[in-house]
Amino acid sequence: MRAPDRTEKIALLGLFALLAGGAFLPQWALFLVTLALAKGLVVLSLLLLMRTGLVSFGHGLYYCLGAYAAGMVGQLLHVGDAAVMLLVALAVSCAVALIVGLLLASYRGIFFAMLSLAFSMILYGLLVKSAALGSTDGFNITVTAAAGASLSSASRRYLLFALSASFAAMAAVGMHRFLGSHLGRLAPAVRDNELRVEYLGASVRRVVYLNTIIAAALTGLAGALTALVVGHIDPEMAYWTTSGEFVFVAILSGTASVLAPFLGSLLFELLRSFAYQYSPNTWQMVVGAAMLLVIMFLPTGLWAVFGRRGKRVA
Amino acid sequence: MGHVLAVVIDGIIYSSWLFIIAVGLTLIYGVMKILNLAHGSFYALGAYAAASLVGRWLSAGRAPFGSYAMLILAAILVGLVVGPLIERGLLRFMYGKDEIVLVLVTYAVFLILEDAIKLVWGVDAYFVSEPYGLLGSLSIAGLTYPVYSAALVVVSLLVGAAFALALKRTRQGKLLTAVIQDREISAAMGIDVRRVYLVTFTLGTMLAATGGALTAPTVSVVPGMGVEVIVLAFAVVVIGGLGSFAGAALGSLIVGMVRSAAVHYLPAVELFSVYAVMAVVLIARPKGLFRALEARKI
Repeated sequence: MRAPDRTEKIALLGLFALLAGGAFLPQWALFLVTLALAKGLVVLSLLLLMRTGLVSFGHGLYYCLGAYAAGMVGQLLHVGDAAVMLLVALAVSCAVALIVGLLLASYRGIFFAMLSLAFSMILYGLLVKSAALGSTDGFNITVTAAAGASLSSASRRYLLFALSASFAAMAAVGMHRFLGSHLGRLAPAVRDNELRVEYLGASVRRVVYLNTIIAAALTGLAGALTALVVGHIDPEMAYWTTSGEFVFVAILSGTASVLAPFLGSLLFELLRSFAYQYSPNTWQMVVGAAMLLVIMFLPTGLWAVFGRRGKRVA
Repeated sequence: MGHVLAVVIDGIIYSSWLFIIAVGLTLIYGVMKILNLAHGSFYALGAYAAASLVGRWLSAGRAPFGSYAMLILAAILVGLVVGPLIERGLLRFMYGKDEIVLVLVTYAVFLILEDAIKLVWGVDAYFVSEPYGLLGSLSIAGLTYPVYSAALVVVSLLVGAAFALALKRTRQGKLLTAVIQDREISAAMGIDVRRVYLVTFTLGTMLAATGGALTAPTVSVVPGMGVEVIVLAFAVVVIGGLGSFAGAALGSLIVGMVRSAAVHYLPAVELFSVYAVMAVVLIARPKGLFRALEARKI
């Protein structure tokens, strides 16, 4: 086991700071940070895909799948244990990615984006018409226990926060190590020149397939976490606007560091909350304008602000 | 047998509507390589502008048949105002960026326009059904259809024919085809690509607005009406092959028929069916039904 490098140290320090600081945060801030960390996982998975040269406009598929898998565990099996819900969500999104990934693995560029969008819209179409799952209204989820121990509502909030923070730190460190590994380094190679990767003896298809599945697993987990935190799920999670939002946060964050997605996600949640509070009728306009500004002035993402590390060309 | 006929006729009407919108989307993609998410907003703008103009025309007590002129006027106005504004004011600074980044740029425009529409027109629904009922109805094999729907089919055919003729027979159309095939060589040969972009985007905007304006009398014009349209139009152009006009026509026909059949036989899969078809087509023909081969980068 090698010693943790700078990024990993920051991730671990950040985790401790969050765990300690979370106890003192007011309820609204705790909720916002929890949500930002959960969605940061989705953005982290998009970072992996973007390093591979792929952009998915249908990540809502796994996000929504994870949420509904968690919800159905509660609804049908009457199990309110967070651990069971998260595990089932992870399993379901991986299983679907195993199949969908096979189909997606031969697509690139705009076609990868569009085909994944089609898959997420298929799920949306199915959920909207399924009356048993509440159609467009969705349904509520309540967590009553975690790994067997029952929970009060205050301890549930902190637990979900601690869970999101831990998952975020673990995912960031895990992704960092993966990207530094032999297999992980193939991702930017595939993005830059697929033919050469093939000539060098690696399978482009396998790299893309594997990365799609890792991304789906992270996103499914994030969807389930979001469902538990918010306490309500609806088909909107699979709609293309949700996926579009994730892609935006991914562009905002940039692909330079595995920590950037969480920072970007937090900034985006703050921006949205404040925009929604101060101009409830024009918050989309504020978000859209922010999006244009980022694309124009920070084309490599927020991380560019932090100097040298941002110089990497996406 | 009557049922099948109903499916086919509904499918044709629906396809015609889709084609008017999708052809604008595919035009913009073909020339500018921008998959324009704001197309849905242009559609909504067309519908709102039509609702306002027709409402004003009728409340002034003028001849009701003039409301058709108002529909067309609304589409032209939206195209001439919004198209150049967005192309000159924003998109021209973005050329050369990655296709996906351009999708996000238009997504931002979409978000901004959604709220702008609410600011201008409010959140209440508008109804202008007069032009819809004015033409009366006709009956085909025992089924009754409004003449307005038949007119929609005619408009769609006219748009298609105009495009086919303009591209093949006119100088401007040939220049456009040249730009679609190779932007850089075209520029080197002296084609004013900047102007072609401006005209293309304006024309595409106008087509989306036409779709919206012609739909306005048949539905209630409400906020958010552009969101669904854009993904449907996407499905059409992706099925047909991005940037292909024949593809847009065939894609519209396929999506229209599939949706019509789903609505009649299996309403539960209505939304699902369109994207299922899109997924199947993409899996079988990765670049859509009509799409030229591309050179590989080595």
